[in-house]
Amino acid sequence: MEDRIVLSMRGINKAFPGVKALKNVDFTLRSGEVHALMGENGAGKSTLIKVLTGVYEAESGEIRITGEDKPVVIHSPKEAQEKGISTVYQEITLCPNLTVAENLFLGREPRKAGFIDWKTMNRKSTELLSGLDIHVSPTKQLDGCSLAVQQMIAIARAVDMQCRVLILDEPTSSLDDEEVGKLFSLMRKLKDQSVGIIFVTHFLEQVYAVSDRITVLRNGELVGEFMTQDLPRLKLVAKMMGKDFDDLAEIKHAHRKEFEEIPVVEAESLGRRGSIKPFDLTARKGEVMGFTGLLGSGRSELVRTIYGADKADNGTLKIKGKTVRINTPLDAMKKGMAYLPEDRKRDGIIADLSVRENIIIALQAKRGMFRPMRRKEAEEFADRYIELLQIKTASRETPLKSLSGGNQQKVIIGRWLLTHPEYLILDEPTRGIDVGTKTEIQKLVLNLADEGMSVAFISSEVEEMLRTCSRMAVLRDGEKVGELFGEDLTQEKIMKTIAGGEHANG
Amino acid sequence: MPMADNGKLHLKKITEHHLFLPLVCLAVVLLANVIKTPNFFQVSINNGILYGYVVDVVNRSSELVILAVGMTLVTAASGGQDISVGSVMAVAGAVCCQVLSGGQVSVNSFQNPLPLAVLAALAAAALCGAFNGLLVSKINIPPMVATLILYTAGRGIAQLVTNGQITYVRVEAYKLAGGYLPGCPVPTPVFFAVGIVVLVSIIMKTTTLRLYIESVGINGSASRLVGLNSTRIKFISYVICGLLAGVAGIVASSRIYSADANNIGIYLEMDAILAVALGGNLLGGGKFSLAGSVIGAFTIQALTTTLYAMNVAADQLPVYKAIVVIIIVTLQSPVFRRFITAKLPAGRKPLTPAESEGEMQL
Repeated sequence: MEDRIVLSMRGINKAFPGVKALKNVDFTLRSGEVHALMGENGAGKSTLIKVLTGVYEAESGEIRITGEDKPVVIHSPKEAQEKGISTVYQEITLCPNLTVAENLFLGREPRKAGFIDWKTMNRKSTELLSGLDIHVSPTKQLDGCSLAVQQMIAIARAVDMQCRVLILDEPTSSLDDEEVGKLFSLMRKLKDQSVGIIFVTHFLEQVYAVSDRITVLRNGELVGEFMTQDLPRLKLVAKMMGKDFDDLAEIKHAHRKEFEEIPVVEAESLGRRGSIKPFDLTARKGEVMGFTGLLGSGRSELVRTIYGADKADNGTLKIKGKTVRINTPLDAMKKGMAYLPEDRKRDGIIADLSVRENIIIALQAKRGMFRPMRRKEAEEFADRYIELLQIKTASRETPLKSLSGGNQQKVIIGRWLLTHPEYLILDEPTRGIDVGTKTEIQKLVLNLADEGMSVAFISSEVEEMLRTCSRMAVLRDGEKVGELFGEDLTQEKIMKTIAGGEHANG
Repeated sequence: MPMADNGKLHLKKITEHHLFLPLVCLAVVLLANVIKTPNFFQVSINNGILYGYVVDVVNRSSELVILAVGMTLVTAASGGQDISVGSVMAVAGAVCCQVLSGGQVSVNSFQNPLPLAVLAALAAAALCGAFNGLLVSKINIPPMVATLILYTAGRGIAQLVTNGQITYVRVEAYKLAGGYLPGCPVPTPVFFAVGIVVLVSIIMKTTTLRLYIESVGINGSASRLVGLNSTRIKFISYVICGLLAGVAGIVASSRIYSADANNIGIYLEMDAILAVALGGNLLGGGKFSLAGSVIGAFTIQALTTTLYAMNVAADQLPVYKAIVVIIIVTLQSPVFRRFITAKLPAGRKPLTPAESEGEMQL
């Protein structure tokens, strides 16, 4: 592989109100390499890509592209494309109701006397596609093709537009193994044509299967650039999570309580096709159970299946020893469950409603439409949780959308505490929240468990989980692969289980 | 100057109230009326009945007010509009008259009891609403498309019910709903409108429907996770909307003591949508204000009256209404507001944390 640099980004800084998204990040791409960009949620991968493609403008730093003697400033995705930087996203951004050829040449159709020259277009498409070993007829309608083929067509379009830098943002999330294989052979083919490929993914297997180099980001900072063959999986996981494997500090638990083994929720080969493979699970009274794994490992899918947010199609669920059928979230709520979703903005807050309404809505839904809460009662509930959780809001009637992220999260926590659940599921309750609030939430979780609640806790931060959880389920690639407790509950052990596979030789 | 500051604060409070803009619109239209017809607000009593332009506006807007209430709920819950309400009015009118006439073209006495006819008409209207609701909530068809079916088919159904004729019910008791109660100077439709607004307001106050509708309209996904059945809530809102269209249809048919399938409630669906928008309600769903929609309905009726007073022909009315719609929709659009805030840097608000977070998408 020749070591020719096609793209270099130096000292990139980008801040959003309240958050520094990128701090002095460097990134280098050489022609003919597949360069994996890795990092947990919030690490800054997307921001870096967006700076590169002109969606955001960096505050400082320079981007150089081969062939331009001056640093370039990219203002829009269109400009990026003209400079040879193309992006293929996870969601297909082509037009499903046009043919393959039309999609390939959309906006740059070959013309003859002002009219589209269909013959040339189809001929060129055939050449292009066969050159890349994509076997599909150019006159086929795009939505008749499989997702993988659609993705490849998007790539082919980029290639034909003379791209030198191809960004693949989570291209494999919706593909099956065979399709992933096909995509990889296409990527290798492009490598031979000396295209530089930036590959963003959460799947470790795939990184090791196809990439030459890995750049790891964490919290908006560059952790480092590594040759894939020199970086064992375990080390990669450690770098993404922010602990160097060599100097892992053991965190001793101050006190480990003895649990009475009263199961609250028991799952037996519960699962849902395409999202989480069948798993067994027992959540005990007074216990905080963590679910860990990289993003996309199925930790959210697992709890969503228990809660009925996604209906299980497999297995049985018992609550306090009794087999139950959970078809909707309301069923789960009536059985004493509560669920704080991962994506606060999309699934949690009801933005235009007031703090009061957001707090009481779950309890109200549980009571039913014809048993409305008296206004006074609702106000008391709202005030109680505003006070208890120290929610900073102008008043209980303030629309939730005007609160900060941390306070919005507290409102959602208040909403669920008000229903007095026996099993509380918290999916990333501390994401995007300031440190102070984070600690408050962790303390609250421990207190709730002490009072006898069973808590399911998901977080991308292992330290946080170690502080709060007394048992941890580890997931990898949509499957529960292990459960750790007692002496085994260490960063090292967790990372080893997460990394799994034969490369765990750190 | 604390006094001035205080005054400013007060003014801001008033201008930011959700009914401010709708009331301004109404005031402007009324003002135009007064300029055009100085005796606009004059009310007199002749033969024990109230007369005057204003009385006329209030009377004529009754059906629109009733429709606007239903439209508000549908809009809030599903983020779309029910464009079939005018046709559903015709269906209800046809069913009501047909039951009363027992199938004859014109009758001078009820062939069936009035309550039966009313119940049948309301049931038919509710059924129409349920059909719309099913398409929207269960099958996920966009509201505009789903209700287009009954918008086109509804008048045909009404024709079928009346065998293609205009059925007349020449009975004094039937004219009451669209006319005057004995000894009462206020036109009866006004009571219907007031009754519906009060009834629905009470339902909103005493049940959780308001909270549920708003919640589902704002964030369907989050609503599901807190245990709300968004399908059912949307469905209910369409049934209510259909039912109210039925009430409006009976009133409209009583005014002309007949079932005119081609004319009852014609174009009224558009006015109802406009009333909702004029009332400051977001057509994309979410929080809603019934009072706003009622004000909107009055505004439209007053506008119509103004235009008539200016000798605008009935078939040119839509053009002027369209102009008003454009102005109001522009005023309320985020683009225009951003334009205004950009022009007035002093009035610029910092991004709220929630908004800035949305831009982040780390």
